Amino acid sequence: MEWHRRHVLGLSDFHPEEMEFVIDTARSMEEVLTRDIKKVPALRGKTVVNLFFEASTRTRTSFEIAGKRLSADVVNFSSATSSVTKGETLLDTARNIEAMKPNILVVRHSASGAALFLSRHVSCSIINAGDGQNEHPSQGLLDLYTILKVKGKIAGLKIAIVGDILHSRVVRSDLHSLGRMGAKLWLCGPATLVPREMERTGAVVTSDIREAVRGADVVIMLRIQLERQKTAYFPSLREYSRRFGLNRDVFSLAKDDAVIMHPGPINRGVELSDELADCERSLVLLQVESGVAVRMALLYLLAGGSHVAH
Amino acid sequence: MLLIKGGRVIDPASGRDEIGHLVLEDGKVREFLAGEAPVRFQGRVISAEGKWVVPGLIDMHVHLRDPGYEWKEDILTGTRAAAAGGFTSVACMANTNPVNDSPEVTRHIIEKARREGCANVFPVAAVTLGLEGKEMADFSELAEAGAVAFSDDGKPVENPLLLRRAMEYVRPFGYRILSHAEDSVLAGGGAAHEGWTARKLGIPGIPSAAEEVAIARDILIARQVGGRLHIQHISTRMGVDLLRMARRAGLDVTGETAPQYFTLTDAALEGYDTNAKMNPPLRGEDDRMAILEGIQDGTIDAIACDHAPHEAYVKKCEFAVAANGIIGLQTSLPLSLSLLAGGKVTPARLVDLLSAGPARILCLRGKGTLAAGADADVTVIDPEAEWEFGPGDVLSKSKNSPFLGWKMRGHAAATICGGRVRHATIAGVTVDA
Repeated sequence: MEWHRRHVLGLSDFHPEEMEFVIDTARSMEEVLTRDIKKVPALRGKTVVNLFFEASTRTRTSFEIAGKRLSADVVNFSSATSSVTKGETLLDTARNIEAMKPNILVVRHSASGAALFLSRHVSCSIINAGDGQNEHPSQGLLDLYTILKVKGKIAGLKIAIVGDILHSRVVRSDLHSLGRMGAKLWLCGPATLVPREMERTGAVVTSDIREAVRGADVVIMLRIQLERQKTAYFPSLREYSRRFGLNRDVFSLAKDDAVIMHPGPINRGVELSDELADCERSLVLLQVESGVAVRMALLYLLAGGSHVAH
Repeated sequence: MLLIKGGRVIDPASGRDEIGHLVLEDGKVREFLAGEAPVRFQGRVISAEGKWVVPGLIDMHVHLRDPGYEWKEDILTGTRAAAAGGFTSVACMANTNPVNDSPEVTRHIIEKARREGCANVFPVAAVTLGLEGKEMADFSELAEAGAVAFSDDGKPVENPLLLRRAMEYVRPFGYRILSHAEDSVLAGGGAAHEGWTARKLGIPGIPSAAEEVAIARDILIARQVGGRLHIQHISTRMGVDLLRMARRAGLDVTGETAPQYFTLTDAALEGYDTNAKMNPPLRGEDDRMAILEGIQDGTIDAIACDHAPHEAYVKKCEFAVAANGIIGLQTSLPLSLSLLAGGKVTPARLVDLLSAGPARILCLRGKGTLAAGADADVTVIDPEAEWEFGPGDVLSKSKNSPFLGWKMRGHAAATICGGRVRHATIAGVTVDA
């Protein structure tokens, strides 16, 4: 298929074929990563700017490595300044960066819709690396890719996502990527963190982790984001862990070949028990690996590539 | 003298709805004439055939941003937009800079409006000093300076005891407290109606209960002390129900809504359109229907647009940090006219909502009626005129409207304030300097 997108802002308007195309491209990229010299000249002379307004090490590093493996010049712009504090507006910052003629802006921002907003006002390509509570499309695609690697398919799988659904941009992207490819999705967490409206996505909503995990092929645990909690959504971490944490007992209800995923970073002993975090069924590191390949694919496609130079 | 000839004169306050002619003299309505128009009339004549002649429209909830935020709007531009939208009077809220909590500010507004305004301006003064919710403003002094009511609009009076005392204290003087009903703790820093759209877009929600809890509280306090209360910008179904209940209980509680709440829903937020961001937020379809029902059955007393001008850059940003509010003075009338479709709202009822109702609520003498002796504030409405609301039409300093580009039906063909023509689109009718 032909790639026509100038931006990757979210997966809400991605067709299944498009997602498959990205995954196919990521597979070719992964081959590069197995070489002794892990670099191809595909993006030589192109500039990728990681514009991060929110602290993030792993996503930024993943994009940085992805860009460098493709020979792009990668520049990191990190601004801890939250959007609320007065100062330069987001638009001014982005326009300043744009004046330096980058090809692709990889944007992480605490406000939902920030990437879409920038795409309307700058002329270079934008990849959304997470905007507030809206979407994190590269995570949605890497989750899809990771599950495909292990399960070979998505359709018909029962996938449980457990944790802070309300604030999670990962969920909003996974709902599109995994949901659109035919998975049966279960969303589980405290009622205060799983909005009832999410049933409109077709997912099953529950506060019973045993029900969510029973017979599941994949269990995705989300980080409990303590920093997001201005007022308590649940009584204590201790109680959370007892009700909504994944331990061996609960996980034994899943299918025998079920796998565990987590977008990271893990709160060990809170949402995921220590032993499960490191067990052979945990795909956490495979997710990180897939992430680089998927991000290479996105950068490559946005920079106008159509096939991988071997 | 001025003769408005041949229009359909709709004056719900005096029960009139018939074709005829209206004579204005010395800033007052002199008389209504039925039958043939006077042949030898010594004065100006405005032909209103095929149009409605109604008491000058009154918007009881606007932000003129003057003093202090004149780059957003000032009294001249705000009242110019009002006149173009058919409004001869507006009541402006107190969240200026400095806050209108002192007679100096009240007088500044009134004098500036008298000097350069194109419409009557009635200041609403603050309930609490600096809108801080801590100490009551000097109500009597403010009223003497010309304040017509009291409100901390923009935010609620959070302390229920303070609200009780304010309502109780001003009751014998006949003043009304206008309430921005919001439980800000429940609202919890949200930026959109808590519903599917907000969930989908990942925007923190403002639950309907944040408004409903506050309306219930305010009504119960009014009941406790026999106070006169007005609920501003009602946006929820239960908010309308609570107002209906208060009225059935015989309480002196009135309420307003805005055209955006019966025209739009939170679906307008798709694409993170910051021009659809306001507080209270655009609600769901069920709420919109309830607002319409409240208008139809008489529960809601007034339509007020909550005109809230903002410069471009505070809207051209991330949704979460964008300013709340939209301009509305030039779209309020056409959007309200759309209520007539389906026949559940009569023209007389509509005029009541846009003129007689607000005049009653704010006790504006000589306003909201065309009875002999009333002020010569008249709006001539062409209910059929079709037009498009484009950026070039905006007379405000700010253009933050979700209705830009909308096809509208109906507009003010002439706006006459105190006998002076302030706006006219009728051929041959010139605007007075």
